Amino acid sequence: MMRFLLLFSRQGKLRLQKWFTPLAERDKKKIIRDMTMMVLPRAPRSCNFLHWRDLKIVYKRYASLYFCCGLDDKDNELLALEVLHRYVELLDKYFGNVCELDIIFNFEKAYFILDEFLMGGEVQETSKLLVAKSMEESDMLQETMEEYMNKPAF
Amino acid sequence: MPAVSKGDGMRGLAVFISDIRNCKSKEAEIKRINKELANIRSKFKGDKALDGYSKKKYVCKLLFIFLLGHDIDFGHMEAVNLLSSNKYTEKQIGYLFISVLVNSNSELIRLINNAIKNDLASRNPTFMCLALHCIANVGSREMAEAFAGEIPRILVAGDTMDSVKQSAALCLLRLYKTSPDLVVMGEWTSRVVHLLNDQHMGVVTAAISLITCLSQKNPDEFKTCVSLAVSRLSRIVSSASTDLQDYTYYFVPAPWLSCKLLRLLQCYPPPEDGAVKGRLVECLETILNKAQEPPKSKKVQHSNAKNAILFEAISLIIHYDSEPNLLVRACNQLGQFLQHRETNLRYLALESMCTLASSEFSHEAVKTHIETVINALKTERDVSVRQRAADLLYAMCDRSNAKQIVAEMLSYLETADYSIREEMVLKVAILAEKYAVDYSWYVDTILNLIRIAGDYVSEEVWYRVIQIVINRDDVQGYAAKTVFEALQAPACHENMVKVGGYILGEFGNLIAGDPRSSPLVQFNLLHSKFHLCSVPTRALLLSAYIKFINLFPETKPTIQEVLRSDSQIRNSDVELQQRAVEYLKLSSIASTDVLATVLEEMPPFPERESSILAKLKKKKGPGALPVSELEEGKREGGGELNGGADRGNDMSAAASNASTPSPSTDLLGLRSAAAIGSAGPSTGSLLVDVFSEAGPTALSSGVNDEGFLRDLEPPTESSDSLLIEAPGESDSEDSAPPLPESDELLNKFVCKNNGVLFENQLLQIGIKSEYRQNLGRMYLFYGNKTSVQFLNVQTKPVEPLVEGGAQVQQVINIECLTDFSEAPLLNIKFRYGGALQNITLKLPVTINKFFQPTEMASQDFFQRWKQLNLPQQEAQKIFKASHGMDIELLKTKLLGLGCALLENVDPNPENFVCAGVIQTKAQQVGCLLRLEPNAQAQMYRLTLRSSKDTVSKRLCELLAEQF
Repeated sequence: MMRFLLLFSRQGKLRLQKWFTPLAERDKKKIIRDMTMMVLPRAPRSCNFLHWRDLKIVYKRYASLYFCCGLDDKDNELLALEVLHRYVELLDKYFGNVCELDIIFNFEKAYFILDEFLMGGEVQETSKLLVAKSMEESDMLQETMEEYMNKPAF
Repeated sequence: MPAVSKGDGMRGLAVFISDIRNCKSKEAEIKRINKELANIRSKFKGDKALDGYSKKKYVCKLLFIFLLGHDIDFGHMEAVNLLSSNKYTEKQIGYLFISVLVNSNSELIRLINNAIKNDLASRNPTFMCLALHCIANVGSREMAEAFAGEIPRILVAGDTMDSVKQSAALCLLRLYKTSPDLVVMGEWTSRVVHLLNDQHMGVVTAAISLITCLSQKNPDEFKTCVSLAVSRLSRIVSSASTDLQDYTYYFVPAPWLSCKLLRLLQCYPPPEDGAVKGRLVECLETILNKAQEPPKSKKVQHSNAKNAILFEAISLIIHYDSEPNLLVRACNQLGQFLQHRETNLRYLALESMCTLASSEFSHEAVKTHIETVINALKTERDVSVRQRAADLLYAMCDRSNAKQIVAEMLSYLETADYSIREEMVLKVAILAEKYAVDYSWYVDTILNLIRIAGDYVSEEVWYRVIQIVINRDDVQGYAAKTVFEALQAPACHENMVKVGGYILGEFGNLIAGDPRSSPLVQFNLLHSKFHLCSVPTRALLLSAYIKFINLFPETKPTIQEVLRSDSQIRNSDVELQQRAVEYLKLSSIASTDVLATVLEEMPPFPERESSILAKLKKKKGPGALPVSELEEGKREGGGELNGGADRGNDMSAAASNASTPSPSTDLLGLRSAAAIGSAGPSTGSLLVDVFSEAGPTALSSGVNDEGFLRDLEPPTESSDSLLIEAPGESDSEDSAPPLPESDELLNKFVCKNNGVLFENQLLQIGIKSEYRQNLGRMYLFYGNKTSVQFLNVQTKPVEPLVEGGAQVQQVINIECLTDFSEAPLLNIKFRYGGALQNITLKLPVTINKFFQPTEMASQDFFQRWKQLNLPQQEAQKIFKASHGMDIELLKTKLLGLGCALLENVDPNPENFVCAGVIQTKAQQVGCLLRLEPNAQAQMYRLTLRSSKDTVSKRLCELLAEQF
């Protein structure tokens, strides 16, 4: 089971945090700090896996963003790497050529997409088509661009 | 600001985010955020009712601010309101906010649960999924209580949509993990197993995670899943890559599902049914064969997915550990990966091989790769890969290759990364000890360790080398000679000085015949290092000097001279000064006989598990998240039984012959070790008690983590007031009556949680316990003091065999239902030399263990004191002090009792007052305590007032025995 998933930039700015087990805020901050400090300085072609305490850490860099997750001891690292990749693909399919800014400005969407894909740290749906469809359906329930532009800016 | 292309962007939110991004400094950002918070607060408080959209927007802004790392203390109510909106987007944001910022506010939880209940009943699949996600994200006990019954129904109902089934399965899994007692097995369980046959691959993928977890806990009930899983796996493995459409990932059919199926099978032994087993072996062979086929795609995703399945299959093969053919194939495959150009694969191959190394079928096959692994240790660019290589070398080490591996690890240490040095040092020390054929090699190795990586040699390592040297006559002379030589180096590590000082102090006589290492030369050599050392080392050296006086009377004048010098006898450090004064006095007044008795050679240490091994285990430790448990330092509180700890106590006990014990330091500077360990042999000395007390504050914080509670298994029912699962309680009719001394033993534990409960010639029982509110957990360590095995240990939770000199551990979970006076009984039976040993002890569980300290001011204290004025609420005793009246000791004991020691409450500063609440499941009992010492009469008056008469009475009885 995945324990947490973090997205942070090369500068160490946290872009998304998802915790699959309840933790105190203090502990979360500590993990975030440890992860960025551990992952960011690693050389480009290093291996994508680390041990940290009794967790396996799997991370991968996509453009300016690091995707980093903590796994139970028994979990499969390679598969986790592909979980990260599938998540990137889903973001990409939704935003169309996703970049860090999309995730900053539409952070809630990034969470929603993740929720469609993972739940409680386990893979819920691996089909890209189905996840995308589900996201599309929920967007259908939302406003059009025109409505959007008519909204107050403050 | 990028254009928002999809869905409903919230314009105000985008503007705000953009503002934050434009902030030039942290201060500017905080200013902008505070402005926004003020704005939102005024909108929420305003008279005008907000429309759904604005509410959503503001809640979303708050969420953003929170995710930036700022505290949010309002807005929860608005988020809860959003939950009941019938607009999807509003509901969605509401749920997101709740999921991220769970609030323990019970009022709110009730409202949230209500909204969730409505959505679950709505039959709208999108709403149902949102609600299920929220439950899974929060996963609190309250939610489990509210929904653990409903979700299984949704999961197996015939008309539930596939997407809802997926969410329901994983949501149930989440609840089962947090509150297994609330998820009741029932008719639904058999139907869940059949989800393995579901047509929808997504449903199978989600359901199998749930089934795996349930199988781990109830393997028998879910046995049927094995054959279903095998046939599903077989269908996937044999399918063409296009068969599974969107579930094919980069030409690999359903990698997630395959891995999960292989993982599920790892919960069970190999299938007994021949046909099923044949089919499974065929699958595993196919997977191994596919690894040899040329890749269908050059993309890394393809090879990752394919190899993920391969590694999972290898895990299953290792788990079965029964098919030599498959094991050897697996090993060969991993061998290929060891030299693969992908770093990830090299890493994983090293990791997998570690487990293969422990199988008898493949151990030899793993060993053939030793050169490759050593090479990896030397040449890998990535430290995490090198670390795996070091792990594997450790795992594949045996008598045949120990010298080579230890030598390689030692030479690697010289250049090893700082982050892994300490662990490497421990591993080298363990291997050197485990596979030492001749102990001179062992001594050489450890001294080399100290030379190469002295800073990383923990106390345990040098304690251990001393233990071994002391216990083995044949190596003592060699050790003395070697440390003497090592100390000649102009710059040697302080740990070397410690080992040198200790060993020369004990065995310097063995090399004194050689004029090059005559007593005076030895002394001068040691003393030349003295001034460069820290206080504990100096203290140790002073002890070595006094031992020299005993070993070599001719050194007496020189050493007395040193002790008499101002820098010793007037040293500003109390400990050093005390030693200098006492040793000087001892050496001048004691007769040779007395001196020889006091400073006799250390007796051999009891053989037990290597303290370093324990340290390594602790390093790897049960430090699973929740992370609070992992915070360094907190773990210090939980002492462990190990040689290092014993050493501290042994030595302080031995040394106390020579000098007055001071409560805060022991004489050989090993205080830290003694403070960590708390279960050494109880010598009954004041010193040991004080050391054991050193833990309580640290312990209470250590206990204060969620994992402790979460891991707590549901206690079993018993008619006694205390729920306890003690071995032998069920057949109490043939248990011996409690030992006469059991009450006394019990009293030892009123104010402390750790220590030795019982000890005779055969058996030692150590106890470590922790309490939180009305729950407790107790670890019992059964140590076999004999050299033969204890067989057929009858307590079920314990390993059925205790090796000579070894110990096993048993865990007892405790729940206090209501107050009680009698301690539960622990009955132990075993055979030794044909005779049945039957021992009944009182488990040291006393009512005060469930104390929660309460801080209060003087005024409050006396107000409550007066409120508890019924005669039966008070219990009082006047008794004579039996342990002296040391204030610090009294304080420690009162704190150990578990209540809060209140300062500046009693008008008389001599008196002690304490307050606390006893937590039982049935009720909470507030207790106030007042202890009035009378130093002149050496008497105490102890008064307890609590809301329950039995509690006052029992506490008073317990405490009166303590002072």
